[in-house]
Amino acid sequence: MRYGLLAVVLIGAATLGGCTEGVLDPKGPIASAERLILFNALGIMLAIVIPVILATLAVAFWFRASNKRASYLPDFEYSGRLELLVWSIPAMTVLLVGGVAWVGAHDLDPRKPISSSVKPVTVQVVSLDWKWLFIYPEQGVASVNHLTVPVGTPISFELTSATVMNSFFVPQLGGQIYTMSGMVTRLHLQADHPGTYPGLSAMFSGDGFADMRFAVDAVPNDQFAQWVGQAREAGPVLDTRSYKELAKPSQAIAPFTYRAIAADFFSGVVNTASIAGDLSQFICSTSERVE
Amino acid sequence: MNLLGKLDWSALPLHQPIVMGATAFMVLVVVAVLGFVTMKGAWLYLWREWLTSVDHKRIGVMYCVLALVMLLRGFSDAIMMRAQQAVAAGGAQGYLPPEHFDQIFSAHGTIMIFFMAMPFVVGVMNFAVPLQLGVRDVAFPTLNSVSFWLTASGALLINVSLAIGEFSKAGWWGYPPLSELQFSPGVGVDYYLWSLQISGLGTLLAGVNFVTTILKLRAPGMSYMRMPVFCWTALATNLLIVAAFPVLTAVLAMLLLDRYLGFHFFTNDGGGNQMLYANLFWVWGHPEVYILILPAFGIFSEVVSTFSGKPLFGYRSMVAATMAICILSFLVWLHHFFTMGASANVNGFFGVMSMIIALPTGVKIFNWLFTMYGGRVRLSVPMLWSIGFMVTFVIGGMTGVLQAVPPADFQLHNSVFLIAHFHNVIIGGVVFGLMAGYNYWFPKAFGFQLDERWGKAAFWCWFVGFYLAFMPLYLLGLMGMTRRMQHYADPAWQPWLVVAMVGTVIILGGIACQIIQLVVSIRAREKLRVTADPWNGRTLEWATTSPPPAWNFAVQPRVSGRDALWSSKRQALATKDEAPPARVYEPIEMPKNSATGFVTAFFAVVIGFAMIWHIWWMAGLGVFGAFVTLLAFAFRRRSEIEVPAEQIARFDRAHQAGAAA
Repeated sequence: MRYGLLAVVLIGAATLGGCTEGVLDPKGPIASAERLILFNALGIMLAIVIPVILATLAVAFWFRASNKRASYLPDFEYSGRLELLVWSIPAMTVLLVGGVAWVGAHDLDPRKPISSSVKPVTVQVVSLDWKWLFIYPEQGVASVNHLTVPVGTPISFELTSATVMNSFFVPQLGGQIYTMSGMVTRLHLQADHPGTYPGLSAMFSGDGFADMRFAVDAVPNDQFAQWVGQAREAGPVLDTRSYKELAKPSQAIAPFTYRAIAADFFSGVVNTASIAGDLSQFICSTSERVE
Repeated sequence: MNLLGKLDWSALPLHQPIVMGATAFMVLVVVAVLGFVTMKGAWLYLWREWLTSVDHKRIGVMYCVLALVMLLRGFSDAIMMRAQQAVAAGGAQGYLPPEHFDQIFSAHGTIMIFFMAMPFVVGVMNFAVPLQLGVRDVAFPTLNSVSFWLTASGALLINVSLAIGEFSKAGWWGYPPLSELQFSPGVGVDYYLWSLQISGLGTLLAGVNFVTTILKLRAPGMSYMRMPVFCWTALATNLLIVAAFPVLTAVLAMLLLDRYLGFHFFTNDGGGNQMLYANLFWVWGHPEVYILILPAFGIFSEVVSTFSGKPLFGYRSMVAATMAICILSFLVWLHHFFTMGASANVNGFFGVMSMIIALPTGVKIFNWLFTMYGGRVRLSVPMLWSIGFMVTFVIGGMTGVLQAVPPADFQLHNSVFLIAHFHNVIIGGVVFGLMAGYNYWFPKAFGFQLDERWGKAAFWCWFVGFYLAFMPLYLLGLMGMTRRMQHYADPAWQPWLVVAMVGTVIILGGIACQIIQLVVSIRAREKLRVTADPWNGRTLEWATTSPPPAWNFAVQPRVSGRDALWSSKRQALATKDEAPPARVYEPIEMPKNSATGFVTAFFAVVIGFAMIWHIWWMAGLGVFGAFVTLLAFAFRRRSEIEVPAEQIARFDRAHQAGAAA
């Protein structure tokens, strides 16, 4: 129990002490809302869990065999009132937390667009072995292992995988979503404060998994426009041939950008994944992966 | 065509010093054990009394031995992972390259779930359930032996992978497409699949056996509502096994078809769907959690009631809660992947269902609390584990419910918070329960008690070590650390991972204490010798000698109420002036020993190994051998021997004289 409390204190201290990481230090509306739900649910349950832990220790201590002052009730095995209590306490807790879960699942559905007067920016995400490709279809550029987004603007993500399953995750902006080959998942995030936030894959994807990290730069609008301008100036074009090169397994590659992208590139990645014949064009072959 | 399939000298890990070291150590231990048995000339004894035994008590003990050995194996994986993560911060790569680290965490999960927790749970049920029911054996004794040996075959195969070839690098769930041929062309995933298929079959057969035993073989008078709660939880667990394990077998078989015959169940191309695997896997996987925890709940119920000197509070509630968990456990599997992009209604439904399971579980905690209330609580080792469990488990339950809230899970899924959560419930629940059961029933199994002092030291090491090892992971998970990272960039995580490492070392101390406890107790066994009923027990297993004879009960017990032994002890006190009724002995039919299990398992290993390495002729031989074994068993002449009444009478009288003196 000491340790249980210790953990609570630790988590509390880390939160209040300005822990600069993860959901404890949210930088956008989604992550903030998720943290709130996390703490609400935790609070509701701690209200019952801590007394139970204390009561367990107290009862075990008081009714220890060597305590002559404790009364011995060898036939105390049923009490209707207590049974009612025993069922209703957890039932009420479940009712409360269940409500939080149901409402939260709808409010924070990853597919639900963020309501905002600002026009969202679309980013298409492809997980590869072992790096992230971010395509900006409206801006006509793409980047690898680095995501630049404008502050205060909802970002609408469309995600897929060109290889095994991964999970796209920027803890300080909001929860994760799987990327799966041949399927498209949706996620909406927004950064409210400029800064650089760590992003990662949360689903183990093979030997290079630990390096499937990227930085998210949340920058003011003018800087974002500037970044797009710079990206358009330099770097290769993202087409079938350069993509084939990119799709070869590699680890910890430095971020770079593509100055242009072939039309409908993302849907091409999604669709070819499910057709066996064209697979070799888009996805590495077995021998390449194992090298 | 190569006669040995894919097998050649490159399968030996000659270029990997750590693996070679581990292999050499394993081989040395095996040679030492074999040498010891040979030196003692115990082969014949071992064969007759153990390997071919169909006695549920012996099989139970063998299951537990297997589990404890596998605990050591799985724990060495754990300590290697913790050491790796304690050093691989910033730019450092640690001492384990990814391809080795990946195998270690996959093996750790697979071994701990399938070859530590499962055999331990089945072993304890094997030992205790027939005794508690007041019967001579399980319904199908030879099948029981087959079940055990199939489980052991799976465990053997997984350990062979250390020396020959490699183990899976796709995690203990083996999610495709990572586990498909395209991304895992090596034999690792095949080792995973075949060892689970073989041991899974064993588990399924054990489930059938126990369901039949509990439903059909109970002592006269033992109606359902008079069964000890451990038997109820065993019934629930085995119903779950019978319903859930076929799903696992099917989904793994589909993956095998993908890998061996080019099917497209879960591939990226050809119309496969990876989430189909995820769904099916967890349709088995979530009930599996309850398969493990329910018997632990049963053990706690027995222990808390016995060591409080009181009947279990709210027996009917306990039974209802157990059966509710049994059913609800099939309705929550999707909470393992809220992040796949399902609709809010789907996520909401499974989130709420997952929480509803917390309701019967919460009821159980309260009932144990009220069982202690008004009791005379003896803080012996089994009771320490139980109180440690109650305190620890509620924390794990709470973090579990937290992750059942979908938006919270979006943040916590696959993080080390999740790791902390399920170790919190599996160590704090299942392992603590099994340790309580081990200390509780050991005197019944061997006739002498385990040393209390070392037992308490072991408990405190495990307890403190657990908190140090896993509380930091909760925090790290909230800080955004995912599981399965071979190295990480953020140096702020390192201090917490060092604390976790220290915790793991303290748990190692706990395991060391348990080994010492066992050695010390064996050496002092004459001093620790016990009578039939060392704990002032309540259920029928304490009515017969310790250890019980092969036939369990000299005279068939008749049950007239709940807590059968307790009520007969009270009755005896009330009528102590009268002479007890004379015991009438009858001859007893006992199942004969059978090598069927051992031989079947031998061929199962042959089949598994041959399939893994694509040695088709050998697989054919294995199937043929297994089939002939089955035929030999089916056409056996005699399967039972009769123990004459005089022999039973002699044994029983000698024992009663001993107890009186």
